[in-house]
Amino acid sequence: MADTTADVPRGVDRIQADYMAMAQRRRLYSFLMLAIFVALMAAGFRTADARNAGGFFDGLHRIFDYPAEVLGEAAQNLTALPGYLVQYLPSLIETLNIAAASTLIGLIGGTLLSLLSTRGLALWPALIPVFRRVMDICRAIPEIVIALVLIFVMGGGPVPAMIAIAIHTSGALGKLFSEVNENVSLKPVEGLASVGATWSQRMYLGVIPQVGPNYVSYALLRFEINIRASAILGFVGAGGIGYELKNTISWGQGRYDQATAIFILLFLTIIVVDQLSGLLRDRLTHGTKA
Amino acid sequence: MSTFATDLDTAGLKTQAGDLFRRKRLMNFGLPALVLVYLVYVFFAFDVPGLAERASLDKAQTLVSDSYSYKTHVTRDNRSGEVEVAIEGERKGRYEAGVAPAWVSLGDETVIDLEDGYVVTFGAENFVSFEIPDYGLITARPSRSSGVNATFPDGPMPEWISLSRNRLAVNTEAGRLTVTRNRTEVFRYFFGWELFFFTLDSPYHGTNPGELMGMAFSGEAGAIWSDFWNNAMWRHRDVAWAIFETILMAFLGTFGAAMVALPLAFLAARNFSPLMPVRFAIRRVFDFVRGVDALIWTIILARAFGPGPLTGALAILLTDTGTFGKIFSEALENVDDKQIEGVASTGAKPLQRYRFGVIPQVTPVLLSQLLYFLESNTRSATIIGAITGGGIGLMLTQAIITQKDWEEVTYYIVLIILMVVLMDWASGWLRRKLISGDEGGH
Repeated sequence: MADTTADVPRGVDRIQADYMAMAQRRRLYSFLMLAIFVALMAAGFRTADARNAGGFFDGLHRIFDYPAEVLGEAAQNLTALPGYLVQYLPSLIETLNIAAASTLIGLIGGTLLSLLSTRGLALWPALIPVFRRVMDICRAIPEIVIALVLIFVMGGGPVPAMIAIAIHTSGALGKLFSEVNENVSLKPVEGLASVGATWSQRMYLGVIPQVGPNYVSYALLRFEINIRASAILGFVGAGGIGYELKNTISWGQGRYDQATAIFILLFLTIIVVDQLSGLLRDRLTHGTKA
Repeated sequence: MSTFATDLDTAGLKTQAGDLFRRKRLMNFGLPALVLVYLVYVFFAFDVPGLAERASLDKAQTLVSDSYSYKTHVTRDNRSGEVEVAIEGERKGRYEAGVAPAWVSLGDETVIDLEDGYVVTFGAENFVSFEIPDYGLITARPSRSSGVNATFPDGPMPEWISLSRNRLAVNTEAGRLTVTRNRTEVFRYFFGWELFFFTLDSPYHGTNPGELMGMAFSGEAGAIWSDFWNNAMWRHRDVAWAIFETILMAFLGTFGAAMVALPLAFLAARNFSPLMPVRFAIRRVFDFVRGVDALIWTIILARAFGPGPLTGALAILLTDTGTFGKIFSEALENVDDKQIEGVASTGAKPLQRYRFGVIPQVTPVLLSQLLYFLESNTRSATIIGAITGGGIGLMLTQAIITQKDWEEVTYYIVLIILMVVLMDWASGWLRRKLISGDEGGH
């Protein structure tokens, strides 16, 4: 007892010295990391700049040339713009359909994959690692890879894009869903099991009602992402508005007014879907809280 | 004190329960039905029935078989009579004149042994014969004036032979023979990716790994590496650069966007920026760059900077500035004021308040978002590379456009998947290290 009271001043000193040393070391580490990060950014920028066709500083003042050219041409032809907007509406709908269908298919696939790879819910517990790897691989393959290969086999059109996005979506949603599934209460599942429900009945009646709002919220977020993805895949030949965009901008002079119409359609769609899905998701997550 | 109502209206409750069940049933059956109806609509809107006709099974077959095998061409030019052996028929895989693999014996008469009794012989004066077990001998003597002049054993023509006046094609499991007026060509398929390590002109072609190790230790490591690295067929150096460029695009884009977005996010957060118009303006800027989308940014930037990794990085940077701005400003609005007040109570100046009161709170959120995006941007960079021209995306599209180098396509796809998985793993590792390691560790 007497010892400890006598030790107090020395202990404080030591603690202070330790603390200062630690703080200094931490500051040094932070500084070093920052320095490495800055060096990486600078070196990376210089490498990218050197390997680019045009340099950064040469191109900087030209950024607005192209938009100005496009918009200028559209401004001259302003009266034709509403007509173009209507003209490209069907391809916009195709793009939206690709996104919606692939989100739906991905939602179904992701649900199955996640249920099959969650401990406690899986139909075949031994195969959990297999389904996890399947999910990882589906998620890792960029859509464009599958789309390009399928376009070669099936010819251009919306179906390759849909399949490609659906595969990626199942993987991405599957991962998010299995995190949701971890927190599921198993009581309804056990209850259903006790009255002899099959696996699919247990999942549909016991699990899905618990996770439904979260699933839908993630799926909506994915839908936003998939609209962008399907527009991009159109650009490499998978139909929809991306394909039209590619045609209008690569046909050279005289079609920039049409490209502008497509820009406007795409921009508006993304903004509207963003806002709508944001509102819906907000309601869904707050609904679960209440 | 609450009392239980004893005069319950059972009939009313029953109808209520009935309504509830009806609604649930409607949800349970109506929703899947709606999904089904939509999918049926899409099925026809996308013309899936017509797709079955357009889809080409042959193409799928060559794609799959080419991805794990290669073919060696033995070609005779029917005008000059020269015979040439080349892997995949490419100049880069050509054997030197007078050299051939063991199953081809060159000479006045070139005998190509396809094994299992299948033998093709290139005789004098453009004569060619193909011995097929259980069928017989096919011969042809192509000439410029009278076509291929093929003869067959008696009996009906099997479907694996196609013949017209100027072209004969024989498809067997041991190999393929095509004869036209100008050339006679034999393809033999082998399992694997040939010339993956060394091309034929390298002295190390055909050495086994043990010997190679020995040579490497006796001072040839540099030469061996350079032969592998500069392999003209598989272009390992270009591929490595392309992968590096793709990761570079993702890295520069993601972190650049974070550096631009962070200060703007302060201006857009309600609790840090008192000026409503500024907040509103910055938020609309975020919405705008996000809404324009990476595809359009890529197109616009490609016009200014030309194709390459920098364009891709800037496209990612612009799009993600919007996304990060939104996420960061939301994180900043959720910051706990107590810590800031605590720091302020010790007499900290505004900058110190941000440094010690705000940054430690938001760092984990921001870093984890950043690392998530780094991984997903690796995928985006592949796609952007395919559009603007840079990185592995470009190599992939080029390989697919040629429609014959499917083994290279497979190689690139495997590399892309490995790259994304690796980035996923690395970002996960960093996230755990940086965030759960020590919370205030900035």
